[in-house]
Amino acid sequence: MSTRPNLDLSLLPDGGVRWLDASGPNADVVISTRMRLARNVTGYAFSGRARDGERLRMLAQVRDALGGVPSLSGSMLLRLDDMPTQDRQLLHERHLVSKELAGLDQQHPLRTGAAVFLGQSVGLLVNEEDHLRLQALRSGFAVPQAFEDVQRLDQELGAQVPYAFHREFGFLTACPTNTGTGLRASVLIHLPGLVLTKEIGKVLAGLQQMGLTYRGLYGEGSEVVGNFFQLSNQTTLGRSEDELQDLLVRVVRHVIEREEEARRVLVRDAGYIIEDKLWRSYGTLRYARSLTFDEAMNYLSGVRLAVGLKLITGLSVYTLNKLLIFAQSAHLAHLEGRALTEGEANLARARYVRESLVSEGGESNDPLP
Amino acid sequence: MLCDNCKERDAVVHLTRIVENAVTQLHLCEKCAAAKGVETTLAAPQHPLGDILQAVQQQASSTAEDAPSCTFCGSTSRDFRATGRLGCPHCYDAMERSLRELLRRLHGSSKHVGTRYETPAAHLLDKPDTLHDLHDRLNRAIASEQFELAAELRDRIRVLE
Repeated sequence: MSTRPNLDLSLLPDGGVRWLDASGPNADVVISTRMRLARNVTGYAFSGRARDGERLRMLAQVRDALGGVPSLSGSMLLRLDDMPTQDRQLLHERHLVSKELAGLDQQHPLRTGAAVFLGQSVGLLVNEEDHLRLQALRSGFAVPQAFEDVQRLDQELGAQVPYAFHREFGFLTACPTNTGTGLRASVLIHLPGLVLTKEIGKVLAGLQQMGLTYRGLYGEGSEVVGNFFQLSNQTTLGRSEDELQDLLVRVVRHVIEREEEARRVLVRDAGYIIEDKLWRSYGTLRYARSLTFDEAMNYLSGVRLAVGLKLITGLSVYTLNKLLIFAQSAHLAHLEGRALTEGEANLARARYVRESLVSEGGESNDPLP
Repeated sequence: MLCDNCKERDAVVHLTRIVENAVTQLHLCEKCAAAKGVETTLAAPQHPLGDILQAVQQQASSTAEDAPSCTFCGSTSRDFRATGRLGCPHCYDAMERSLRELLRRLHGSSKHVGTRYETPAAHLLDKPDTLHDLHDRLNRAIASEQFELAAELRDRIRVLE
């Protein structure tokens, strides 16, 4: 474990983005599975009400306990409260820390003691809305595997640090929406077929009736862009962790089937229109000189669909996943080694996307000479 | 984020609309939201629990709501209503009744049926809900005339005894 004043992403295990490698089940539709447990430590006020000293003591208590937590052996401690905005943004873009912990949320300024321990496939956020947020990220649709990761971390950590637990209400959290299991089980899923066939409204309404909810790329409060939806359980109390996982698995399986069906309908009923639309997306990404983030996400969605439909064969899902994360502003600034204005970021984004498509195989697969 | 309508004020109302199966999102400031007939009041707390909390709190007696309701952190129910967040784990005991009702509304249940947790041995002394603790709470409940809570506590003490 080491504390560094400046963020060197190469020091993170797999850059903290092993989940991008598209090795998991259904990785073309489900980008990632994330399991999060909210926990608090007895003897302290919740982070939002705690004084600076309390939060620092809490962080020290957790750091001291990690000797007994094999899941986080060899992990890296990053102090967000000691980090420039751009580096915090970078971690947030990689889905490694929440917006609130990174102090990027206007409502919740950066807290003293805000930190994250990053291990191989698990992370531990300290002094978020709750004292501890344990998370596991996996490639593709891998609910049981991701839960196993986070459960192991939870058991190891809970044996070292006393959690706040109530015999009736379960694990106690700052916000009652997380009380009980503290589990938010979610998948990041790409549903262009359902959006294009205009079936998405029905599907989203249906999953809300089943007890799931949907959000954008970055969870709570984020917008849906590029047809990427984060689906997760709505409630955390009154159902066991197994039941919550089963619910997510059942509903997501059904959503994947509906998406596949929608894609079949698109190809059958609107073959050339879809083909034209998707190649236009590819063409724009391949040749544009300036791309806003939303534009890039929307065209990437088209190219991802084209790869799924095997219209484009030379591009890997891994490259598309990487573009999703690395074409964001803080990553581009990191790449360029300086802060970028919005206009500069749009130029850098278009350049980065072009170069990736050329170097990673998209170019040679146009069926026409 | 700026309001989609006036592009001047911060957007505080985030509206997801599903019209003919198409999902659109609209981000509005309070004034534009009100002008468009989206239900909002300037006094409503700006967090997702706002509406539900107001409904639950209206049922509860409002006489003592500004007195410190949690002896550990000093949070009041007014603090909770304003932020949507509790002050510390002890707030769950201090506001047990209204929270039970809130949890039922949010989750459809107030009973945890998932993983049970045992505090590690070295910390057993901090263990909440011991008989002694329950007796203290029963006495407090009787003193403050919260008879429903007192009855519940008495039942729990009987089970433990």
